[in-house]
Amino acid sequence: MASGVKPRVKVPKSADAGEVITIKTLISHKMESGQRKDGDGNIIPRSIINRFTCEFNGEMVIDVNIEPAISTNPFFEFEAKVPESGEFVFTWYDDDGDVYTTTKKITVG
Amino acid sequence: MNAATKMASGLALAAILATPALAGPDDDNLIVNGEIEMITETAAPAHMEYVDTIYSGWRFRSDETQVVQTDDFDNPGMIWVEAAGEVWETADGSEGKSCASCHGAVDEAMKGVRAVYPKWNDERGEVTTIEMEVNNCRENRMGADKWKYAGGDMTNMVALISSVSRGMPVNVAIDGPAQATWEAGKELYYTRTGQLELSCANCHEDSYGMMIRADHLSQGQINGFPTYRLKNTKLNSVHARFKGCVRDTRAHTFAPGSAEFVALELYVASRGNGLSVEGPSVRN
Repeated sequence: MASGVKPRVKVPKSADAGEVITIKTLISHKMESGQRKDGDGNIIPRSIINRFTCEFNGEMVIDVNIEPAISTNPFFEFEAKVPESGEFVFTWYDDDGDVYTTTKKITVG
Repeated sequence: MNAATKMASGLALAAILATPALAGPDDDNLIVNGEIEMITETAAPAHMEYVDTIYSGWRFRSDETQVVQTDDFDNPGMIWVEAAGEVWETADGSEGKSCASCHGAVDEAMKGVRAVYPKWNDERGEVTTIEMEVNNCRENRMGADKWKYAGGDMTNMVALISSVSRGMPVNVAIDGPAQATWEAGKELYYTRTGQLELSCANCHEDSYGMMIRADHLSQGQINGFPTYRLKNTKLNSVHARFKGCVRDTRAHTFAPGSAEFVALELYVASRGNGLSVEGPSVRN
């Protein structure tokens, strides 16, 4: 697994029914593009997060394909409408097969 | 309106829009995480002869850059602060000690430290910076290798130490045993260097608020260091920034950690006495 990978998510703890909330996510990851060379001229193999998803109570909120031009430590900010209490599940898929998951609960009422 | 007139009026409008906004700092207030209220403008300390009001560099940045510093989640510098938080707890060196072994929790032990450094150290008989103290601990208490003065490990650790003092006013001592070092720093600040024959004061005292090509000159305050810069996407230390500035005057620079830069850091820090500690700040 790539070293120093750590997902971070910011979701409000509570919201009104049907409220549109802002979600911020960041995963620390070096996002090696596969186009750089090391000191000896050898290509450094590509190692990036290639997909990011957010689900709410089983429903897909956002599903992002990520390409090598995305920066180190990719940051995604998006909005979601929350109809009911539940749980957000955030998932990042690494080139090396690793999957990183974080969950956040939100209370509506 | 014929085409020629249209074009002429279009050009006039473009000319108005292109007129640079009149210099100076803006009027925004900096509040981090909705709770830390920063002092970004205050009366200059008594020792400053040519400036009445001091401003944090934050006030000279665009709204888009400013807003990144207002929330720790958005501030990319906090990634390294977090990483340094883990290093703080991790034992290193022959003594098997971590920073926490002696100091305990960083947010209690290091609160207020960034605000008063560089500071006279009686034991060593010199003015020391936080970097020097960190390496002193590593070498003499932990039995670990010293970190490179302006390297990533060091700058991240200084950012961690700085982050727990955010909002506290900078208050470095310039009298007593530190005075000679402070005078040496002041001398450097007003000495022109390099082929361009520029001193720190030429840009940051005489010309702050003006544009130097595409850059909006600030007062060169260091209350926000270590600072995350959009241009190199990492935390930058005070001495690395000094080196860049001196290099830009086309001079041979002093080395990070040199006695000259320690003196300059004390002097420049004292010019910000009264501004809040902001590090890790966000700048361009």
